[in-house]
Amino acid sequence: MSSLQSQDYIRISAATITPPSVRRHEDEVAKLIDVTRCIGCKACQAACMEWNNLRNDIGYFEGSYDNPMDLDPATWTLMRFTEWDNPKTGDLEWLIRKDGCMHCEDPGCLKACPAPGAIVQYANGIVDFISEHCIGCGYCVKGCPFNIPRISKVDHKSYKCTLCSDRVTVGMEPACVKACPTGAILFGSKKDMSDWAGERIKDLKSRGFENAGLYDPAGVSGTHVMYVLHHADQPSIYANLPENPRISPTVEFWKGLIKPFALAGIAASVVVGFLHWVVAGPNEVQPEDEEEAEHFKKEVEEAHARAISDKPA
Amino acid sequence: MTRPKDSLIRNPTITRINHWITATCFVLLMLSGLSMFDPLLFWMSNLFGSGQWTRAAHPWIGLVLVISYAGMIVQFWRDNLWTRDDLAWLLAIDRVLANEEESVPQVARFNAGQKFVFWSMAFLIPVLLFTGILIWDYYFESFSSIETQRAALLIHSMAAIAAILIWVIHVYAAIWVRGSMRAMTQGYVTPGWAWRHHRKWFRALVSTGSQGPTPRTSVDEPRK
Repeated sequence: MSSLQSQDYIRISAATITPPSVRRHEDEVAKLIDVTRCIGCKACQAACMEWNNLRNDIGYFEGSYDNPMDLDPATWTLMRFTEWDNPKTGDLEWLIRKDGCMHCEDPGCLKACPAPGAIVQYANGIVDFISEHCIGCGYCVKGCPFNIPRISKVDHKSYKCTLCSDRVTVGMEPACVKACPTGAILFGSKKDMSDWAGERIKDLKSRGFENAGLYDPAGVSGTHVMYVLHHADQPSIYANLPENPRISPTVEFWKGLIKPFALAGIAASVVVGFLHWVVAGPNEVQPEDEEEAEHFKKEVEEAHARAISDKPA
Repeated sequence: MTRPKDSLIRNPTITRINHWITATCFVLLMLSGLSMFDPLLFWMSNLFGSGQWTRAAHPWIGLVLVISYAGMIVQFWRDNLWTRDDLAWLLAIDRVLANEEESVPQVARFNAGQKFVFWSMAFLIPVLLFTGILIWDYYFESFSSIETQRAALLIHSMAAIAAILIWVIHVYAAIWVRGSMRAMTQGYVTPGWAWRHHRKWFRALVSTGSQGPTPRTSVDEPRK
């Protein structure tokens, strides 16, 4: 996606400056994916391709409803199908999860990104990749707790769902939301979506799904894409949805303390060197060193000469 | 290369070329690596054309450095083996730093500081190579898990910082000990330089009639 001037940034990757933010009244948005109403038709996948003009290469049938088998630079959302034996009821449940960027409130990709302005977060919560600034290093892949970004082998840019930031900025809902025939995907303010999810969960609980709940993980300070799950107590049964996603401590450390410490340490080593130069000064060879060396050399040569002349004939 | 008649060869031509290829690679790696490490230094990626070019060039320069440093190891490992002299030298480090070398225990071709630089790099460069391959996204992104790559990134960064600190020591020592720079540009040192800083090396060269950099092994010394 290109940069959208009509949306305010609240975070910019690899930048220490405060992003411009005059329009502070923007509502935080959210996409609510109600897994319990999804019929797996893939209209959202088709709509995503159509709106974003993505055309993947034709692949091969792999014996799975998942098509393609994984996210890639031209597949920003993907229906993941899981057949799950419910041990309590003995029922076979067909769990279908629409996978894609979760638009974390605390985005690991943005934290890891080394290129200024290549990843931004708008005031409405959408996390967007600004392709012209992307250097293709793959740090966002390591930063992401959900394994979402994919780097193109062709143009060396990272791609993922934009939450249709270009549509949202002109007051439209994301393409997947518009295409969904069952209302399983909804879009609105985060508050409205959470309220609506609450009603759905109440309804599900009344129908026997006692563990129904909202997936809005606190480990990343919440997400701007949320799921209603019938089994919110075990998100991993939905094609390995992380139980408690958070930015990896390894990434936190790498992008945290060691940056200033490393630069300060390197600067300090240069300063110490300079101080040593000023205090002790250069270590120069003195004339007497040359004399002593010359003297030693002569001695050795004389000894050799003596040894040769002493040699019995 | 012209040099005074009684000067000693510290580094032959092949060593010097090898060293400066390594040095060029190291500086380029440091600039490109730091630009991707801390956003404050991202502007240094412009030296390579753009961030994309920096990202693409860094691992290839690294491979050249690995090959080049392997050449340094082949040429230098023997004279960098740890000896008892090195401990004595280290214990006198305060006098070394104060330029009072007259009272410092004598050393051969390399002192403990030089050996430390040599072996540190010999350890850090393979670490940087292996972790670097794991995070070379274009070719190797599917070779290891993302969790492994996260650790590799952290180890790569920390090893690089250590290498840069050692590089600062190395460069400063070359500036500080006058005559060392010429030993790596023109290749020779004066007898007084060898006497002052590497007296055991000097003695070995003179007693075997060698011009450097190593004592002659077959000496036609008179039989006793």
